[in-house]
Amino acid sequence: MDADIPASRTMSGTMMGQTALVTGSARGIGKGIALALAKKGVNVVISDVNIEEAKVVATEMEALGVKAMPLKFDVSNSVEVTSAFAQISEAFGRLDILVNNAGITRDALIMRMKDEDWDAVININLKSVFLCSKEAVKLMSKQRYGRIVNIASVVAFMGNAGQANYSASKAGIIGLTKTTAKEYAKRGITANAVAPGFIKTAMTDALPEKVKEDMLAAIPIGQFGEIDDVANAVAFLVSPEARYITGNVIHVNGGMYM
Amino acid sequence: MAEIEGKVKEIISKQLGIDVGQIKLESSFIEDLGADSLDNVELVMAFEEAFGIQIPDEAAEKITKVQDAVDYIKGKLG
Ligand SMILES: NC(=O)c1ccc[n+]([C@@H]2O[C@H](COP(=O)([O-])OP(=O)(O)OC[C@H]3O[C@@H](n4cnc5c(N)ncnc54)[C@H](O)[C@@H]3O)[C@@H](O)[C@H]2O)c1
Repeated sequence: MDADIPASRTMSGTMMGQTALVTGSARGIGKGIALALAKKGVNVVISDVNIEEAKVVATEMEALGVKAMPLKFDVSNSVEVTSAFAQISEAFGRLDILVNNAGITRDALIMRMKDEDWDAVININLKSVFLCSKEAVKLMSKQRYGRIVNIASVVAFMGNAGQANYSASKAGIIGLTKTTAKEYAKRGITANAVAPGFIKTAMTDALPEKVKEDMLAAIPIGQFGEIDDVANAVAFLVSPEARYITGNVIHVNGGMYM
Repeated sequence: MAEIEGKVKEIISKQLGIDVGQIKLESSFIEDLGADSLDNVELVMAFEEAFGIQIPDEAAEKITKVQDAVDYIKGKLG
């Protein structure tokens, strides 16, 4: 336990030299978040089940002058999570930032949803946040500093036909975020959630035109969000400046839900 | 053996931010030393790390005083 935390980590100032783990960062929003942090001088662990892409992303990050470590583990597997954190601790000696971003969808109407689809989404989207947070708070408590951001979704608040499993997993994340915030507040750790609305990614590109048109009509800003819109909100929450914000949700949805 | 006691007190002092001199064998972590439940969990983790032992949850629950910790660790290492 080392109480010698550089002033830069606790007061407003730079995040240079900190270490972040972003899960599911081989592509999409996770990659955007890792990039936003690397631009601020944060060393990043690019973790994903897709290790080939993660390696490519890590190389891109290193070009920005930070250390980047590609790491393969399944966020829903507790044995793999424990070993991943041991490797991170070994390589960097500390972990300042955890962004729980990895997630999947397995959509179907409740009447047709299979148990396997329910379990897979709950495990990968929700249990994963518990497993990774559990390891992270052990390291962060010792440091007396940490920032956890969990990526939820607007459907946690609105519901969405066809997404019983997904909306439940994301709503679960909100409760978990608040409990994490309460348990570790005294250790200098904040936990918050970011709830994106409709963000332009491979996931949403695949939707039929008609669905996209209908969604657009429900967004006051009149545009879909960009990956950077989410990444910028995360970058703020993990900064030392956000020290007094914990247990909260930032909605990044163009006004789709208020 | 006195060595274990000294090391235990040192860990407690660091974890709870109190003077080693204030820590007595009969001190209760929560009642006398101002620890909360999270401090207790962290203390057990710190003992595990410092002495290279595993303390199962059932045993950890019974460690409420400094003496309990010293006895348990002596038992494990002895
Ligand atoms: N795209 C959107 O509009 C949108 C909206 C709201 C919330 N979100 C959330 O944002 C996050 C990222 O979404 P995205 O659109 O970038 O998705 P994406 O599918 O492009 O990226 C997700 C990444 O997670 C990885 N992954 C999947 N399962 C994993 C596992 N078990 N272990 C480790 N990695 C795993 C994938 O390989 C992939 O690289 C998700 O949590 C998603 O639910 C996205």
